[in-house]
Amino acid sequence: MSSNNRKKLLLMGRSGSGKSSMRSIIFSNYSAFDTRRLGATIDVEHSHLRFLGNMTLNLWDCGGQDVFMENYFSQQKDHIFQMVQVLIHVFDVESQEVIKDIEIFTKALKQLKKYSPDAKIFVLLHKMDLVQRDKRQELFQIMMSKLQETSSAYGFPNLVGFPTSIWDESLYKAWSQIICSLIPNMATYQSNLKKLKSVMGAREIILFEKTTFLVICSSNTVSGELLDPKRFEKISNIMKNFKQSSMKLKSSFKTLVLNNTIYVSELSSNMMCFIVLNHSDDPQDLILENIKKAKAHFQ
Amino acid sequence: MNSEENSDKATILLMGLRRGGKSSICKVVFHNMQPLDTLYLESTSNPTMEHFSTLIDLAVMELPGQLNYFEPNYDSERLFKSVGALVYVIDSQDEYMNALTNFAIIVEYAYKVNPDINIEVLIHKVDGLSEDFKVDTQRDIMQRTGEELLELGLDGVQVSFYLTSIFDHSIYEAFSRIVQKLVPELPFLENMLDNLVQHSKIEKCFLFDINSKIYVSTDSSPVDIVTYETCAEFVDVTIDLHDLYKIQGKEDALAGSTGNKPPPEVKGVSALNNGVVIYLRQMIRGLALVALIRPDDTDVESCLTVVDYNVDIFKKGLEQVWAHARITSPEGK
Ligand SMILES: Nc1nc2c(ncn2[C@@H]2O[C@H](COP(=O)(O)OP(=O)(O)OP(=O)(O)O)[C@@H](O)[C@H]2O)c(=O)[nH]1
Ligand SMILES: Nc1nc2c(ncn2[C@@H]2O[C@H](COP(=O)(O)OP(=O)(O)OP(=O)(O)O)[C@@H](O)[C@H]2O)c(=O)[nH]1
Ligand SMILES: [Mg+2]
Ligand SMILES: [Mg+2]
Repeated sequence: MSSNNRKKLLLMGRSGSGKSSMRSIIFSNYSAFDTRRLGATIDVEHSHLRFLGNMTLNLWDCGGQDVFMENYFSQQKDHIFQMVQVLIHVFDVESQEVIKDIEIFTKALKQLKKYSPDAKIFVLLHKMDLVQRDKRQELFQIMMSKLQETSSAYGFPNLVGFPTSIWDESLYKAWSQIICSLIPNMATYQSNLKKLKSVMGAREIILFEKTTFLVICSSNTVSGELLDPKRFEKISNIMKNFKQSSMKLKSSFKTLVLNNTIYVSELSSNMMCFIVLNHSDDPQDLILENIKKAKAHFQ
Repeated sequence: MNSEENSDKATILLMGLRRGGKSSICKVVFHNMQPLDTLYLESTSNPTMEHFSTLIDLAVMELPGQLNYFEPNYDSERLFKSVGALVYVIDSQDEYMNALTNFAIIVEYAYKVNPDINIEVLIHKVDGLSEDFKVDTQRDIMQRTGEELLELGLDGVQVSFYLTSIFDHSIYEAFSRIVQKLVPELPFLENMLDNLVQHSKIEKCFLFDINSKIYVSTDSSPVDIVTYETCAEFVDVTIDLHDLYKIQGKEDALAGSTGNKPPPEVKGVSALNNGVVIYLRQMIRGLALVALIRPDDTDVESCLTVVDYNVDIFKKGLEQVWAHARITSPEGK
């Protein structure tokens, strides 16, 4: 495997901000409730994940206690910060030490600039569930403009940020976009999906990675349609729950058909497709046959 | 008034000491509150009612721990006379001796005014107990309750015990059983479900109340909690996905302009890799039928055709049972 397909992702942020929680939910089938069992991470925990066949994600979950952090920025700095594709920096929105949080962020940026200047930076303003609903948007804006300023000052002007919580689907939206930024042949997926959509006369088709149920891409829907703008991450969340549920029967699901209009099915060994049809009267055989044919184009 | 009395008959009284978990149970089961959010519930100061309707109309009434029901100005007699079940919640993580004494006094009174009342005890918050300790606690509570009741000369009273927690499905399972005892049509339903199971390669099926995920009935084979959980979760999966795209239904109705066409019933079918099929069909009155099917060596297609057909028949039967329940209930007393 070429080293090109290995992606190193650093997961950083203060202790208790929620890094291991989100990793366990997205990549290890934890429920939000299960994360209460997690202890603080000692040093760095590595996970290697095959993603879409030929891509390997090396996730470095960096324990956030001060002792470890100091080490990352001194003895271990070249080990930690070289060859990084993505830095995901997690901020606890309820933190009482915002200044210190940002200081750690700047230290990370400084090292990255030196060892991996092409890295993409994502910030997650996490535990949003703890903020009053009507204050979330404003808080997010204020924090983001501060972080944007910091990040630009250290040579990373294209900062991307998301409000997240393990208690709703926002986590899936953020991680989906982070992972998508690493997929090289996105344009191919996109055009294949559009073709499939027109062949099937579908209203919408969404591609998901099979183990995480993160959205890879979706056919653009007709403008003016009144669909829930959060539907992608909601589907990730729902299907992930279903996956866990079917594990209780010591199995995994192969297909799901809802009202003869929604079809969820495997498209390749690492992808699921979620197809929404315009009509419920198309014969099921034909649709399943079409999905089968499409598989050849998504290997 | 006949009809009023009758609707009272299906009332469930929730009682127990303060902070036992009564309000939490109502919020989680009937209002989909996240279990963790119950931490912030305040102690209840007045009796509160929750209504919910499945095949019959039910009400759940919380009598808060801080009220004294035996004050002369409180009409306990009328209250206990009119309810179908007394559910007493005991906090298993707390010292429970007082609760047991309180329970015995209430049972003595309730049984005197209403010997038909179902008496149910929830040994609650067991999520905090280890497996061994759970069993010990249950044994201890059952034994002590027996002794207390014996002392009062009430050893003939039937009491059912349930280990429950709002953090898993045990509370739904317990409520399912409690509610089922109050559905007079239960024997018919169970019979119909047994029939369905026999003729359709169904391993297990439940008739769910979609909103609360309580099951109103199931076939007579034993309930395994994992099967129940999987089926309950399938209700969420199908309803949530359906809701995301249901605008379409509206559009169809508009385009069709046939006017008051009923909304299409929800149907979800999922095939698992071990050959099992999970099947959901919406029924009447907020109910859904969920079945686990093992097609074994028949092909899935023809197996499902048979299931569809038999479920159609079941649904018609259900409509008749309900129509019948509606006709007979006013004179039921
Ligand atoms: N309310 C809320 N709590 C969260 C959220 N995400 C994580 N938590 C909780 O925060 C606590 C700490 O989470 P961890 O994931 O262990 O934190 P960490 O960042 O890995 O900490 P270190 O390993 O010490 O660096 C856990 O008890 C989680 O349940 C969230 O979105 N909302
Ligand atoms: N661990 C655990 N805690 C629970 C459970 N059910 C309820 N609680 C907690 O128990 C506390 C009291 O719950 P309430 O529902 O307010 O108790 P209540 O019986 O309505 O109390 P009163 O209204 O004062 O009579 C809350 O903090 C809940 O979070 C459970 O199953 N497990
Ligand atoms: Mg950690
Ligand atoms: Mg209360």
